[in-house]
Amino acid sequence: MIMMENVSFAYDGLYTALQGVSLQIDDGEIIAIMGTNGAGKTTLVKHLNGLLRPNSGRVIVDGVDAQHYSVAELAREIGLVMQNPDHQLFLDSVEKEVVFGLKQLGFAEDEIKERTDRTLSSLGIKDLSERSPFTLSGGERKRVALASVLATEPRVLALDEPTIGQDARQKEKLADMLLELNKKGRTVIVVTHDIEFVIEHFSRTIAMASGSIIADGPTSAVLSNDEVIRLCSLTTPQLTQAARSLHTLFPDVHERLTLLSELEDEIVRILGGV
Amino acid sequence: MPLIEINDFSFKYYGAETLALKKIDLTIEAGEYVVITGPSGCGKTTLCRTINALVPQFHRGYIAGNVVIDGKNTREHTVAELSSIAGLVFQQPENQLVTLNVEKEIAFGPENLGVEPAEIRRRVEELIELFDLEHLRDKHPHEMSGGEQQRVAMAATLALKPKILVADEPTSNLDPKSAEIILDFISSLNKRDMTVILVEHRLDLVSKDAGRVVLMDKGSIVADGHPRKILSQDICQDIGVGVPKATLVYKRLKEHGIDLNSVPLTGDELAGLVKEVSSL
Repeated sequence: MIMMENVSFAYDGLYTALQGVSLQIDDGEIIAIMGTNGAGKTTLVKHLNGLLRPNSGRVIVDGVDAQHYSVAELAREIGLVMQNPDHQLFLDSVEKEVVFGLKQLGFAEDEIKERTDRTLSSLGIKDLSERSPFTLSGGERKRVALASVLATEPRVLALDEPTIGQDARQKEKLADMLLELNKKGRTVIVVTHDIEFVIEHFSRTIAMASGSIIADGPTSAVLSNDEVIRLCSLTTPQLTQAARSLHTLFPDVHERLTLLSELEDEIVRILGGV
Repeated sequence: MPLIEINDFSFKYYGAETLALKKIDLTIEAGEYVVITGPSGCGKTTLCRTINALVPQFHRGYIAGNVVIDGKNTREHTVAELSSIAGLVFQQPENQLVTLNVEKEIAFGPENLGVEPAEIRRRVEELIELFDLEHLRDKHPHEMSGGEQQRVAMAATLALKPKILVADEPTSNLDPKSAEIILDFISSLNKRDMTVILVEHRLDLVSKDAGRVVLMDKGSIVADGHPRKILSQDICQDIGVGVPKATLVYKRLKEHGIDLNSVPLTGDELAGLVKEVSSL
């Protein structure tokens, strides 16, 4: 379990990025963190593995104040994939990037091979194993960075904007992997602006603005709130937009967050299709 | 003469085993708004790099065929020569920002091209106003959020007054509202005759503004036409391109025997079409 108690942080002691943030993340949760650019989302996740330390307040990992742990110690438990893969990749082959982390954590040779192969396949980059990450596309490099952390299957996985540069199919693959890891009991925390990705896959959403948490709860409740949408600089998803617009003419169509199959059923009902 | 003429162009990066671009034929007229999309790794970024001669002048490798931009063959002209014709904005703004504050960043390009100081000053002020950068004027790019950095990168690119804006996933680091602002801005530039080439995965945000979608897969162009035509084709799902949810609903309805009169690209369009059919 991770707790943040009244955590504040300012870059250079001046630029306030977090202001009195408190939250609790239980083992095995799958959580989205959403918010406007500069809301403090990245700063928050960097506190989870000690890359940043609070100016005031506490981060508590399994009942122990995280200040007693080094980043290396925290990294064993909490894997972080940063927003920009170029800040993370440094080796000359895709496979080496993934093997590196596993070696550091002391896994056996055959376990390393098995995990590397499995992770690369799941993310659709197996055929790029021998390539240098720097010859790959932005979306592919992002997946290499993800693979290097996902392969270690840390107890807590924090991903900063993992869907950037990913096409629809890659996003689905990523979601499948995260849900799979979550099913194995791993805690998954994802920072993202991708509202449709969140609605489809995440049960809990934390919304941030100006360094504070402004809403925290079930995704459907948090993202149905127009004030949260506005403060997080989100836009209403197309299907919700359509549902709202249809509601004015057909009052029994719900004007809330809507999944594709729900809207499809409603329209078929209205228009009497087969 | 078209502004962009790509003829039977193929390219392989030095040291790579496969072609990044395969026999590309693409003609774009002045004033068009073209969205280029396709699965990750399909060659979109490489195609962007051909338009300002980064391929083949900076990124070297095997080339065949020709790319002619505003009458200039990129085999024979430098990136510097093309910089005032085609401006590129990249995926990662921080890879593009080179100076210590916003004013210097915007002035950097025109200074290097020897533009008059008074004119540079005028452009800097105009772009600071346009991109709402006043409060960041003296800030170091590294003190800014990704979204702010991208606005600065866009402003710096436009300071060279290019005829073509090539934007390679310029909004992927932005929150949706900031993304919408940038995309609305790109659309308004296009309405003022700027030729726009935009690489984007999130077609729900851009297809309503674009006049044309070019679909790429494995280094080739596999479809090219109006968004309503291209995005309603099965090939999009076949190659893994995310079509707008409203368009997906349209396709699902067809399977139920319901034919809306046109292909919707937004939620409001979808609702409007359903209303139309229901009142028949």
